[in-house]
Amino acid sequence: MIDFSVNGKRIDLDVDPSTPLLWVIREQLGLTGTKYGCGMAQCGACTVHINGEAVRSCVAPVSRASGKSVTTIEGLSPDLSNPLQRAWLEEDVPQCGYCQSGQLMSAAVLLRAKPQPTDDEIDEAMTGNICRCGTYSRIRRAIHRAAEMAAKGGAQ
Amino acid sequence: MSRHASGIQRRDFLKVSVAASGGLLIGFQFPGLSSLVSAQTTPATFMPNAFVRIGTDERVTVIVNHSEMGQGVYTSLPMLLADELDADWSKVGYEPAPVDPKYNHPAFGMQITGGSSSVWSGLDQFRQAGAAARAMLVAAAAQQWNVDASTCRTESGAVLHGNRKLTYGHLAAAAAKLPPPEHVQLKDAKDFKLIGKPIKRLDTSVKLNGKAEFGIDVKLPGMLNAVVARPPIFGAKMKSFDDSGARSMPGVRKIAAIPAGVAVIADTFWQAKVARDALRVDWDEGSMHDFDTGKMMADFRERAKTPGTSVRKDGDFESALASSAKKISALYEVPYLSHLMMEPLNCTVDLKAGSCEVWTGSQFQTVDRANAAKTAGLPPEKVQLHTTFLGGGFGRRANPQSDFVVEAVQVAKAAGVPVKVIWTREDDMAGGWYRPAFVHAIEGGVDASGDAVGWRSRLVGQSIMAGTPFAAMMLKGKAYDPASVEGVDDLPYSIPNVTVESHQAEVGVPVQWLRSVGHSHTGFAVECFVDELAALAGKDPYRFRQALLQKQPRHLGVLDLAAQKAGWDKPLPKGMGRGIAVHFAFGSYSAHVAEVSVKDDKVRVHRMVCAIDCGQYVNPGIIQAQTESGAIFGASAALYQELTFENGRLQQTNFHTFPVMRINECPEIETHIVESKEKAGGIGEPGVPCAAPAIANAIFAATGKRVRRLPIRMTEAV
Repeated sequence: MIDFSVNGKRIDLDVDPSTPLLWVIREQLGLTGTKYGCGMAQCGACTVHINGEAVRSCVAPVSRASGKSVTTIEGLSPDLSNPLQRAWLEEDVPQCGYCQSGQLMSAAVLLRAKPQPTDDEIDEAMTGNICRCGTYSRIRRAIHRAAEMAAKGGAQ
Repeated sequence: MSRHASGIQRRDFLKVSVAASGGLLIGFQFPGLSSLVSAQTTPATFMPNAFVRIGTDERVTVIVNHSEMGQGVYTSLPMLLADELDADWSKVGYEPAPVDPKYNHPAFGMQITGGSSSVWSGLDQFRQAGAAARAMLVAAAAQQWNVDASTCRTESGAVLHGNRKLTYGHLAAAAAKLPPPEHVQLKDAKDFKLIGKPIKRLDTSVKLNGKAEFGIDVKLPGMLNAVVARPPIFGAKMKSFDDSGARSMPGVRKIAAIPAGVAVIADTFWQAKVARDALRVDWDEGSMHDFDTGKMMADFRERAKTPGTSVRKDGDFESALASSAKKISALYEVPYLSHLMMEPLNCTVDLKAGSCEVWTGSQFQTVDRANAAKTAGLPPEKVQLHTTFLGGGFGRRANPQSDFVVEAVQVAKAAGVPVKVIWTREDDMAGGWYRPAFVHAIEGGVDASGDAVGWRSRLVGQSIMAGTPFAAMMLKGKAYDPASVEGVDDLPYSIPNVTVESHQAEVGVPVQWLRSVGHSHTGFAVECFVDELAALAGKDPYRFRQALLQKQPRHLGVLDLAAQKAGWDKPLPKGMGRGIAVHFAFGSYSAHVAEVSVKDDKVRVHRMVCAIDCGQYVNPGIIQAQTESGAIFGASAALYQELTFENGRLQQTNFHTFPVMRINECPEIETHIVESKEKAGGIGEPGVPCAAPAIANAIFAATGKRVRRLPIRMTEAV
């Protein structure tokens, strides 16, 4: 039995503890916003938070989440009110959209650590997230915009 | 509002019906087909040929016959319809079309998303559907008010007359009972409210909260998951397999030989994957067992020394070269490439006695449905294919053999219950259907005044079309594959003597169209060689092109725009260089200027300035996004990507060995759109071809060294 919480909800699961957290989230919990892209922490599409830290869930065994709090894209905000989601909307960031859950989850950790990130800090935090559509310029702008929104009192 | 007749015969063409909701449904009725019903009705009565549904709740649902793979069709096509309808944009939504001949691509005769053609091919279709719906709503309102329809106007989802107003939702039921208009009038461009504006995409919200459903997210009641062991070498056949370890692994329900390999069917993907990896399969490796891309390219180089099939012959190249003051030859090489969509291939199938349902991110619905039906042993009309969001397509999900769909139906036959097949990233990369590798030998000369007098291109590579069911249609009796030579067969430069020849290589690696297809390699070779000719002539590469493009105003337009916006003549810091390229593809003209630096043999692209002329455009926000997306796609290929084979086996497996440009490597990038009234062109692909040559030419400007092989390795530059 593995006991953890996902998006604030307590989960008890009978699952092989070596199963990657990604597949538990997607298949057992039905939260399909977190994506599979590579299975080896190369692309970032599977990024979630464990106790607030960005984790590539495709290589994290579910046992790593035991007793901890996991946040997925579905838990970033209930209503697209997170400044990042609002900024992503305003900058019209996604194209195919497949990588964007991971992009947002990585950006959320960045903004908590660096509320006003520089371009270099964005590069450093977001380098692990591949976008095959090449939305990087808009991602960069949206992160700056979200930082401004948060600074102006938007709820984080 | 001024309008003009569309010139399309509406009689016997438009039909209307009452949708299940009581709203108005309108679409195109083609002769010989029975009346239409809502695209959302149950499968038993499912006969969609409609493009819009208006509900009594005011919702306007646009039914889109092209797949959304990032290029924005769920926004741009609804914009066309909604503008003519004078809809309230905040009430407009989209819905993927089911598979039906009525949703065929007007130019290609099949339901397909490809060739950067969604907007230009849907332009009339969607505008007329909107205009026809509007006319009927106006007629319904005029009837209720007992006024002449011509005295009514429409605005933001309502018909107005004097101070009176009826919303489309209120009018929907009444309008549905009226006869369709015999003629529709389309707006003048000056009256557009949406078309031409940077309207935000309709599909963004669902891509920010995990709600967008991609193929990989589909879940059916009682569904199992499967992973397939496929041949490690193209053409290898399974001799036997040992599943003694795998069979007893947790969750495994069935392990079965299928034509594509061995399917491991389990409760979850992860269980299936672990068990698949524990299988021991003995393969008959076949004739490709010693396939080696190094040897293949060496063979291609030899063939490039000999004359090929004539593609184009202007004047007399041999004499022109003989009399040239200076001549130069260069050999350009590009590797096999994987499409590498972020969402790996997958397909879900529910096969029952007498019916089959398929869920996948398809770019090729007509063909996928037909191939699924054939595999299932059913007539096509018994197969329903549901198009999900595509996590990237780039051509891979328009496979002429429907490889990933056919295989999933094979697995479903073995499973006996609904099943989802997911390819791992490694499976996807090794699965074939690559952009073919090419050797492109070019020779040319300039006269004493530095004018180009002769050009000969010889290309060696595999045909995409040969051997497919479309060969006859696409090759049109030609002895070469047009997709191999596109982008050089129409060399736009004023050079009096031009020869283009093609060698078709037969290699057992399955190849397919990849974003910009032939242009993805001809753009590189042609634009690098033009640069080499400019250097040979001692001329500035931008002005050399300018002089040779005087008869090509739209090439010239983007070339000048890119050069001007980039500040072509502004000096760059030492160690940096600027390169330019221009190319026509898919109905659109594109030019890029790249600024690069090279340090310790490492190339850094600092800035890319893109100019695009795609004729009349619908959404400049999407034009910008697609142009830059294409440039980054092309730059990724140029800087990092190559598939190689040794002993028949692919050497690359995942993003670490087949890299994609990341945010820290992404240049500053800007796009400038040419205002144009010309026929609409494509936008998904035209941004790709100029990226590689602009970067390579910038490297020459920075270092004096020529890059002639992709991906760029400075150690190979000459």
